[in-house]
Amino acid sequence: MRITKSWPVAAIAITALAFSACSTGGTTSTSSSSGGTDTTSVYSPKAGGAGGDVGVFTWWAAGSEKAGLDALQGVFTKQYSNDKFVNLAVAGGAGSNAKAKLASDLQNNQPPDSFQGHAGAELTDYIAQGQIVPVNDVVNALGGSKVFPQTLLDRLTVKGNIYSVPSNIHRANVVWANPKVLQTAGVTAVPKDIKSWIADMDKVKASGVNTPLTIGGTWTQVQLFETILIADLGVDDYNGLFDGKTKWDSDKVKTAVNDYKTILTYANTASDGDDWPAATDAVIDGKAAYNVMGDWAVAEFNEKKAVDGTGYTYFPVPGTDGVFDFLADSFTLPKGAKNADGAKDWLMTIGSADGQKAFNLAKGSIPARTDVPADAFPKYQQSAMNSFKKDKIASSIAHGAAVSLAWNTDISTAISKFYAGRNADTLVSDLAAAAAKHQK
Amino acid sequence: MSRAKSWLPGLLLVSPSIVLIAVFVYGLIGQNIWVSLNTSVNPVTDKVVNPGGYQNYTQLLGSADYQHALWNLLVLTVVFMVGTMFFGLLWAVLLEKGVNGEGVFRSVYLYPMAVSFIAAGVVWRWLLSPATGDGAVGLNQLLNKMGLPQLENSWWSADSKFSMAAMAIPAVWQLSGYVMALFLAGFRGISEDQREAARIDGASEWQIYRHVLFPQLSPIALSALIILGHMSMKMFDLIYSIAGPNSYKASVPATLMWTQMFAQNDRVAAAVNATILLAIVAVVVVPYLIYTNKTETERD
Repeated sequence: MRITKSWPVAAIAITALAFSACSTGGTTSTSSSSGGTDTTSVYSPKAGGAGGDVGVFTWWAAGSEKAGLDALQGVFTKQYSNDKFVNLAVAGGAGSNAKAKLASDLQNNQPPDSFQGHAGAELTDYIAQGQIVPVNDVVNALGGSKVFPQTLLDRLTVKGNIYSVPSNIHRANVVWANPKVLQTAGVTAVPKDIKSWIADMDKVKASGVNTPLTIGGTWTQVQLFETILIADLGVDDYNGLFDGKTKWDSDKVKTAVNDYKTILTYANTASDGDDWPAATDAVIDGKAAYNVMGDWAVAEFNEKKAVDGTGYTYFPVPGTDGVFDFLADSFTLPKGAKNADGAKDWLMTIGSADGQKAFNLAKGSIPARTDVPADAFPKYQQSAMNSFKKDKIASSIAHGAAVSLAWNTDISTAISKFYAGRNADTLVSDLAAAAAKHQK
Repeated sequence: MSRAKSWLPGLLLVSPSIVLIAVFVYGLIGQNIWVSLNTSVNPVTDKVVNPGGYQNYTQLLGSADYQHALWNLLVLTVVFMVGTMFFGLLWAVLLEKGVNGEGVFRSVYLYPMAVSFIAAGVVWRWLLSPATGDGAVGLNQLLNKMGLPQLENSWWSADSKFSMAAMAIPAVWQLSGYVMALFLAGFRGISEDQREAARIDGASEWQIYRHVLFPQLSPIALSALIILGHMSMKMFDLIYSIAGPNSYKASVPATLMWTQMFAQNDRVAAAVNATILLAIVAVVVVPYLIYTNKTETERD
């Protein structure tokens, strides 16, 4: 009897395998579905919400991100009291654990009611595989281009449809500087373009600071490079890189690559795996003058008790004044969500002025809506909200707004390769090859 | 009937594991090879990513990035195996002489193995930081303070074909103790009589090691090499936690597989990569298995 006991186990194992084989055979359909939503319809939520559980999947499990999600949940339960918020957050790995779990849930047709994703091109894989459906009706109900900048909506639109509701905006093209170091070096004015910025770095270096600029691991280098691209190409040509209007091996890109190469000679030596706070801390400690980082760096300055104005200053990367290099988190509606109406209620909360205010105050980012009053926000966020209203918008490469994850990976590997070898021609040809691979 | 009685219970006893291994090891290897021969099309751009059949293999093997990863793997494996065997054997010989506090040393040498590769990787990322001079941290700072600034270098980030050798340092640190334990067990298994007999015959200490002890350790050395070799080929966690997800300098086939599977969403290329790795490991392991089988039958 004891021996035969293991037979059922093996039998179960075989059946399980057979099932898994069937399911892998069945998920090859790649037709994209438009979901039947036409672009002008307007969603009208039931009073108090559609009812039932609304499972929301994020990687916001700790720190200011969790505080933001909790604040959103508070607004959601107030606005749609019939709906029950179910937190499906997965912790760890800056979202990579969560993305792996999400991918398997979507493959097995067990989607959450809504999930978090970087707004923009990073969602194209989900769209192409028909895993998420358009939410034009929700965006229209929220007010469409009356409350969201049209340039932002343009960046989110794929073949006439919008597939996500942005919850918050970060800015990537910000230089954080140490005013004391700049004063010692005799740098008084904010540089207007890359050339004068490099001249300023020379002054800083001459004043005895070995590394005028700090960098971290690969993605921080990609972010620095993308801001130099914007500065040298201008916002329109930069945005053209992603729809094929600008060639990746054009002369302007070559200029940007050479500027990037020059600027790297002023930077510290970093390794591919380094994190960003060390690079920001070097500016706080006066070991460096500049660091290019997204505006989540404000949290690091606050934590180190640096004061806005005397301890640190900030300005757009030289040559990108009037351009807002954005990245955003957003929420989607998966195909086959169990409670699609409840999920739309959740998206309505995300996009509402109250929801955006509560979330962004807690997380330290700025609202995607332009009609949220700025007075409640701290000084830096007020200035960012101001720029977001009037600036031209560009999409970040490093943070998934401009390119798909696969393309981003190829660009990152090329930048990592360049950091070791510093061969400008190789970088240009690698970038062109990546574009040829991932562009239509 | 009576003959069936003698083999049937034995077969029943092992059959669950035979079935499980057939399904979960060989069945899945088969599935993997099948996937690696598929054709795949990028759903976003409608471009053919993998043409299918053997061309999937020529495509991956022909790409410069994959050749770079294979080269890195070779450098890593050679330095890792030589380093680990050297330190493992050295420590085993030292401890085998019966030093005071042997237990303490044994624990000290074995401890790194108790640390997970991920945790060790976080620490070694800092230790192997490439910054030199004033901004140096980790090993470079140590060298600086010891008055040896000329030894400072960029470790695995250096612009050299052999930079991957530096990535072997943490791996050597972690596994030398294990090799030491293997050799120490081997030394302890050799009876004291043999040494005494050799001494009476007038053998020097070196001659005793060279001609009496080391030959008897060769099976252990071979198993150690096989274990280290396949560990090095599938090493992913240490490299990933030191160098991050998109490092070009530190790419090996295992980290590339992760990128292909999860970042590029390209199952076919990942399966091709996995099959190539399996073949490389098989080239090393299969002769060893044949050799052990043969010596065991001879012993019977």
